[in-house]
Amino acid sequence: MTGEPLNYFWLGKLSLESLPFVEFIKTPNSSTAIAAFAAAAVIGGAIGIVVLLTLFGKWRVFWREWLTTLDAKKIGIMYIVLALVMLIRAVIEAAFMRAQQMLAVNREGPLSAEHFGELFTTHGTIMIFFMAMPFLIGLINVVMPLQIGARDVKFPLLNAISLALTAAGAVLVMISLVIGEFSTGGWSGYPPFTELAFNPGAGVDYWIWAVTLSSIGNTLTGINFAVTIYKLRAPGMTWFRMPLFSWTALCTSILIIFAMMPLTVATLMLALDRYAGFHFFTNALGGNMMNYANLFWLFGHPEVYIVILPAFGVFSEVFSTFSGKRLYGYHSLVFATIAITVLSFGVWLHHFFTMGQSANLNAAFGIATMLIGVPTGVKVYDWLLTMVRGRVRFTTPMLFSIMFAITFVIGGLSGVLLANPPIDFAVHNSLFLVAHFHNMLIPGTLFGMFAAYNVWFPKMFGFRLSEKWGRISFWFWSFGFYLAFMPLYALGLMGAMRRTVQWFEPQYLPWLLVAFSGAVLISLGLISQVIQLWVSIRNRDDLRAPGGDPWDGRSLEWSVSAPPPEYNFAVIPEVHDRDAFTWMKQHGISYTAPNEYQDIPMPKNSVVAPLIGFLATMLGFALTWHIWWLTIVSFLVILGTVIARSFCRDTEKIIPASQVRQEHEQWLARVKGLIPTARADETTSENQGLAEVAS
Amino acid sequence: MNQRSNRLRHPGINMGHIDSATDEAAESLLFGFWIFLMSDLVLFALLFANYAAQSQHGTAGGPTPSSLFELKNPFIETMLLLASSFTIGLAALALKYRQDRARLVFWLAVTFVLGTGFIYLEVHDFVDMTSKGHGPQTSGFLSAFFLLVGMHGIHVCSGLIWLIVMMVQVFVFGLERDVKTRLMRLAIFWHMLDVVWIGIFTFVYLFGAA
Ligand code: HEM
Ligand SMILES: [Cu+2]
Repeated sequence: MTGEPLNYFWLGKLSLESLPFVEFIKTPNSSTAIAAFAAAAVIGGAIGIVVLLTLFGKWRVFWREWLTTLDAKKIGIMYIVLALVMLIRAVIEAAFMRAQQMLAVNREGPLSAEHFGELFTTHGTIMIFFMAMPFLIGLINVVMPLQIGARDVKFPLLNAISLALTAAGAVLVMISLVIGEFSTGGWSGYPPFTELAFNPGAGVDYWIWAVTLSSIGNTLTGINFAVTIYKLRAPGMTWFRMPLFSWTALCTSILIIFAMMPLTVATLMLALDRYAGFHFFTNALGGNMMNYANLFWLFGHPEVYIVILPAFGVFSEVFSTFSGKRLYGYHSLVFATIAITVLSFGVWLHHFFTMGQSANLNAAFGIATMLIGVPTGVKVYDWLLTMVRGRVRFTTPMLFSIMFAITFVIGGLSGVLLANPPIDFAVHNSLFLVAHFHNMLIPGTLFGMFAAYNVWFPKMFGFRLSEKWGRISFWFWSFGFYLAFMPLYALGLMGAMRRTVQWFEPQYLPWLLVAFSGAVLISLGLISQVIQLWVSIRNRDDLRAPGGDPWDGRSLEWSVSAPPPEYNFAVIPEVHDRDAFTWMKQHGISYTAPNEYQDIPMPKNSVVAPLIGFLATMLGFALTWHIWWLTIVSFLVILGTVIARSFCRDTEKIIPASQVRQEHEQWLARVKGLIPTARADETTSENQGLAEVAS
Repeated sequence: MNQRSNRLRHPGINMGHIDSATDEAAESLLFGFWIFLMSDLVLFALLFANYAAQSQHGTAGGPTPSSLFELKNPFIETMLLLASSFTIGLAALALKYRQDRARLVFWLAVTFVLGTGFIYLEVHDFVDMTSKGHGPQTSGFLSAFFLLVGMHGIHVCSGLIWLIVMMVQVFVFGLERDVKTRLMRLAIFWHMLDVVWIGIFTFVYLFGAA
C-alpha cells in the first residue's frame, strides 16, 4: 500500500495506492475486494447523509439544534448515535473475523493476514474507544444532570469540545477505510511491532491519532462530570441520597481523570519514536517496550472499570425500578463501587504476567486481582436481593439485566482463573482470554448500555421503544453471545491463539462453526435493534409518553416531561429521600406548580466545538500522512479559536420566567389529562408516562 | 449565603469579603481547575517514572546523567522560575486588594519576562546538547530527558501565551469577573509549573550531576 508520493509538500505521503480501489484493481482478490467494498460503503454512507440532509432541507436544523448545541442531553444523544454507528461497523468486522477463522482451517481464508490484522485492530479499538466510551459518556450526559437535579453539566462548552474530539478520532478511523490502511498492531498497539522499523506505513499513525484525540476528549469529560457531581447537586441531594447511576458516573469520572493520561502519554511517546527518532520503546539504543506495556495497562485496566461501572449503575436502576422496590444494600453498592475504583489501579500487571517480572510480584498482583471479585460479588447479591419479594416485570431492560447477572458471573469466574499466574501462563494470549473479556464486556457493558437505551429512550425522545422487537433483539443477542463465545473457552484450552488468521488443527473446526453461528445470531440481534428503532419511530404516536414517567421511575429524571425542556427543571427540586421522585409521588407533590418562576440563564450555541472537531480531524489526518503545512495550520487555528473564544462575552441567553411558566403549566395540564397506568399495562399503548401511585 | 462568604472556598487566593460575587463564581471554576491540574500532574508523574527507569537502564553506552549535566544554567532557570512565582503572587495580591490595573499588568509583565528568560535558557541548553551529539535520538535516557523537561517547557510556553492573553483582557475588559477568575486559575497553573520544576531540578539535575 505504499506507492510513489504524489506531491510530498502538499500531500505528504499520500499516493494513488493509498486508495483501496487502486489496490483492488492492481491485485484483485477477495481481501482487496472486501476492502474496496468497505471503502465504497463509507463513501456511500457519507454521500447518503449529505443527500438526505439536503433533500429534507435539514441542514439548518442539524446545525442549530445539534452541531452547535451545548445542551448536555443533545450532546449525549450525539455521543450515543456515534456509538451505535461505530457498533454496527465493529460487529460487521467481528462477523468477518469469525467467518475468516471458520473458513481458514488447513487452507487460506478469504482475508489476507494484513487485512485480518486490521480487522481485529479496528474492531477492538472501535469497540473500546468509539463504541463503549461514547455510549456511556453519552448516557451520563443525558441522565446524570437530570438525576442530581442540575440544569446542565458544569462546563457545557468543554462538553461539546470533548464530543468533537471523540468524533474526530472516530472520523479518522472511518477515513482509514478509504485512504490508506489501519494499524495491524491490535487495540493495545504494542511496540516494537508498531515502531517504524516494522510498521512504516500510515496505519499505526491513524491508530495513534485516533486514540490520542479521543483520550484527550475523555479526560476533559471526566473532569467535567466530576465537577458537575461535586458542585451542582440539587439542595437535599446528599452523597447518600444520590442515585446509584450517578455514583457510578462519579467513580468512572475519577477513573478517567487518573487513567486516561497514561494512555495519552504512551501514544505520544510512541509518536515521538515514530516521527522524531526517539528511543522510548525501540529495540535499540536503550528503548524498552516494557515501559509501554506498563503505561498502556496503567490505563487499560482502569479502563475496563470505566466501561463497566456505568453499566453497573444502569443495572442498579433497572433492578430496583422494574422490581418496584427500593434498591437493596444501597450503601454496600456505593462502597463496593468505591472499592473497585481504588483497587482497579493496583492490578494492571496481570495483563503481562508472562513478560518477565518475578514470581512474587506476579503473586501480589494476582491476589490483588482476585480481591476485586469481592466487591463485584457483593453487587451481584445486592441486585438479586433487590428482586426478592419485588413485583418483577420482565421488560426488555430487565431481561438484559438478568442475563447480565448470570453471564457476568461466568465471565468473572474465568477471570479469577486468569488471575492465577500459573494458569495465565498456560492460556495467556489464547482464545480463552478472548472469551473471558468478551464475557465481561458484552453482558456487562454492552447489555448495560442496551438496557439503558431501552429505559431512557422515552426520556430522550418522548416515546417508548417497541417492546416486541426489544425482546427479539434480547434473545438473539443472548443466544448469540453464548454460541459465539463459549466455544472460544474450549478452543483456548485446546491451544488456539488469539489474532490468528489461519489454523492447522482440524479439530478446531466444529467449535469455529458454532462460534460463527453465534456471530450470525448476534448480527440478527443488531438488525432487530435497527428494526426496533424503525418500527418505534413509525408507531411513535402509539408509544408516546409525554408524562415523562413510563416506568414508575424513582429518581428525579422521571419527574420532568419527556423530552425534558432545555433547562431540565422549571424549578430546581428539593430532595428528601434517596428515591427522590418516588418520595414526591407518595407525598402527592409531584406535578405541582411552584409559587414563582425565575429567569434561567443557559449557554448560547457555539460554533467553537464543531470547528475544533473539524480542525482536529485535519490535524490527525495531516500528522498521519506527514502533511506538515496542514499540521501547522490546523494547530494554529485551533489555538486561535480557543483564544478568540475567551474574548467572546456574549455566551449566555436568558430564558424568561414567563416562558418557563408557560411551558411548565402547559405540560402540567397535559399530565392532568393522562390516565395513570398500572404496571401491568406498562408496555401497552395505555402507558402515556403517568404512573399509578402504589398506595 | 452571606455568612458563608468569608469561608475559604478553595486553596489559593480567595476573593472573600472583597468581591463575594466573584468568590461565589470562582468556587467551582477553581475546583474544576484543580482537578485538571491533578490529571496534569499524573502526566508529569508518569514522565518522571519513565525518566527514572530510562536514565538508569536506557543510556545504551552513551552519555549518562553524571557525564552530561551541569548545574549552572538549571540553577539560574530555577531562580528565574521561583522569582516569577513570586511576581505572579504579587499580581494576585494586586488583583485582590487594589483595583489597580497598571500594577497588576506590571507584575504580569515581569512574570512574563522571567518566564521568557527561563525558556530562553532551556532552549539554549537543548540546542547546545543536540549540537554536541546528545540529542533525544541518542538514547532512551536522552529521549526521556527531553520529553520530561520539554513537556515542562511546553507548559511554561502555554503559560506565557496565557499571560499575554490575560494582559490584553485586563486592558480590554477591565477587572471584571471572568478576567479575575481566569487570573486566579493562571496563578495556580504557574505555581504548579514551579513545583514540577523543583522536582525536575532535584531529581534530574541535582541527583543526576551528583
Ligand atoms: C458483538 C459481538 C462481538 C463479536 C462476535 C466479537 C468478536 C471478536 C473477535 C473474533 C475478535 C478477535 C479475536 C482474536 O484475536 O482472534 C475480537 C477481539 C476483540 N474484541 Fe470483540 N467481538 C464482539 C464484541 C465486542 C465488544 C462489545 C467489545 C468491547 C466493548 C469487544 C472488544 C474486543 C477487543 C478489545 C478485542 C481485541 C482486539 C485485539 O486483539 O487487539 N468485542 N472480538
Ligand atoms: Cu486488567
